[in-house]
Amino acid sequence: MTVDPGIERLLRDLAPQVLGAVVRRYGHFDAAEDAVQEALLAAATQWPAQGVPDHPKGWLITVASRRLTDQLRSDEARRRREAAVTLAEPAGPASHAFVTQDDERASGRDDTLTLLFLCCHPDLTPPSQLALTLRAVAGLSTAEIAGAFLVPEPTMAQRISRAKQRIAATGARFTMPPAGEWAGRLQVVLHVLYLMFNEGYAATSGEQTSRPELTAEAIRLTRAVRRLLPGDGEVAGLLALMLLTEARRPARCTPDGALVPLAEQDRTRWNRGQITEGLALVTGALTTAPLGAYQLQAAIAAVHAEAATAAGTDWQQILGLYNLLERVTPSPVVTLNRAVAVAMVDGPQAALGLLASLESDERMAGHHRLAAVRAHCYELAGDRAASAAGYRDAARAATSLPERRYLEAHAAELAGTAARDGGAGAGTRGAGAGAGTGEAGAGAGTRDAGATGSA
Amino acid sequence: MKYLLMIYQNPVAWQGMPESEKKAAMSEAGAIVDELIASGEWVGGEALADPSTAASVRVRGGVPTVTDGPYAEAKEQVVGYCIVDCESRDRAVKIATRWPDARLWGMEVRPILSPDGVEM
Repeated sequence: MTVDPGIERLLRDLAPQVLGAVVRRYGHFDAAEDAVQEALLAAATQWPAQGVPDHPKGWLITVASRRLTDQLRSDEARRRREAAVTLAEPAGPASHAFVTQDDERASGRDDTLTLLFLCCHPDLTPPSQLALTLRAVAGLSTAEIAGAFLVPEPTMAQRISRAKQRIAATGARFTMPPAGEWAGRLQVVLHVLYLMFNEGYAATSGEQTSRPELTAEAIRLTRAVRRLLPGDGEVAGLLALMLLTEARRPARCTPDGALVPLAEQDRTRWNRGQITEGLALVTGALTTAPLGAYQLQAAIAAVHAEAATAAGTDWQQILGLYNLLERVTPSPVVTLNRAVAVAMVDGPQAALGLLASLESDERMAGHHRLAAVRAHCYELAGDRAASAAGYRDAARAATSLPERRYLEAHAAELAGTAARDGGAGAGTRGAGAGAGTGEAGAGAGTRDAGATGSA
Repeated sequence: MKYLLMIYQNPVAWQGMPESEKKAAMSEAGAIVDELIASGEWVGGEALADPSTAASVRVRGGVPTVTDGPYAEAKEQVVGYCIVDCESRDRAVKIATRWPDARLWGMEVRPILSPDGVEM
């Protein structure tokens, strides 16, 4: 469905507020969510022709409420089933009256945050949290979400429906989490937004241009959270990380879809506006808020963003930031990325020593990024034959088509020069070429960390 | 992440099995499919007709050769497949271990290459 972009944006902005208002009034999160989707669809078909109503939010709340109460009335059996999964007691009898401006204000902006907490319930798996957030908070249709994840619509519909059932089974209510759980729950919300961004960022290298832009949705929702929690350093850090990563998008693929490594990107094509905003956000957060993992990842992205050329990258500073990040959130993916910085600061041999410690970690052993970073170290050390073999190993282990193509091409290039040089390679390619160099790499690492091939 | 689960079977041995055992195996597999549909992991899948109905196609020097029977000569053949979209390779392997054919013959779990990727 193609809708006027202005109307589409308005609908997506209003979606969580409308859902919040309906759930607050009638309960029945599951059915209310369906009713809001129907109201959004009705608006998307009617508004372009009939014009946007004076009170678009009131219009949507009224239509969704009518759908919901009709649904609950007309099907007693369904009503009984829905009653069993009620999240909150209905607040009053069904009313078809047009909502007032006061109602609109009362349903408040905070509903977006409450909904995020609900959709990112810790009892759900990350894919379920992601799917439900995209539908209930971002206002995407099931078909759009299915398109984003390249699965059939019934698969996604089932996933969303299961997620809603699960939330109901936990007995969660449409309220903010208690103070004691707040920090942990917010971590989950931010992680889901982070995953949403990474999904979208990885997807932009794919061939399907009709997929919805999850990076834009993730940035939009993170902005919304930041408006509600302006003093939170990690929210600011996450938004900065997204903007600084998204800024590279115009330079990260060739016109035919091949990936361009960070070190070889045309930095004049990076989005300056996003970089400026990201830098300001991360600088502000680091100076005012307690240190956190998103701020540190954003700071690393900022160091890359500030380097006019790959050779001008301040690797010493990046290494310092990775040392901090590893202390805040130790993980093999962070260690892997730190090894790239170690290679640039202390040399490839030091990095290879660090990588050896990851071989025994079953989360990383056989992972294509470990093989790629190892190959990169051999390349820096001038051992082109070992490097080419390493990149071939990485290509075999890769489960992403564009990443495999890049690794294969790079291996072939190195094998060619190795053959010409008789195996004794002199000099290296651009600094950082071919290795996981930053926060986006860390994201991708978690994204497919479960997919280990046979390297 | 999507995985292809290839179901291997010895068609001769299958034909020799008592009807009751075949039925039990089929309903066991059907129950797993229902579960995968309900969990939102099922992408698709089908059972295949007997390998003897296969056509193997090769083109050499622009000349196609079509022979009856499966591509690889083996006692065990692919008799069905499913595609699941699940969280991890471990999860895909766990699904495969539950298939009745895994006890009798074998399953192969292969990650499907994603069109998505991140620059390094």
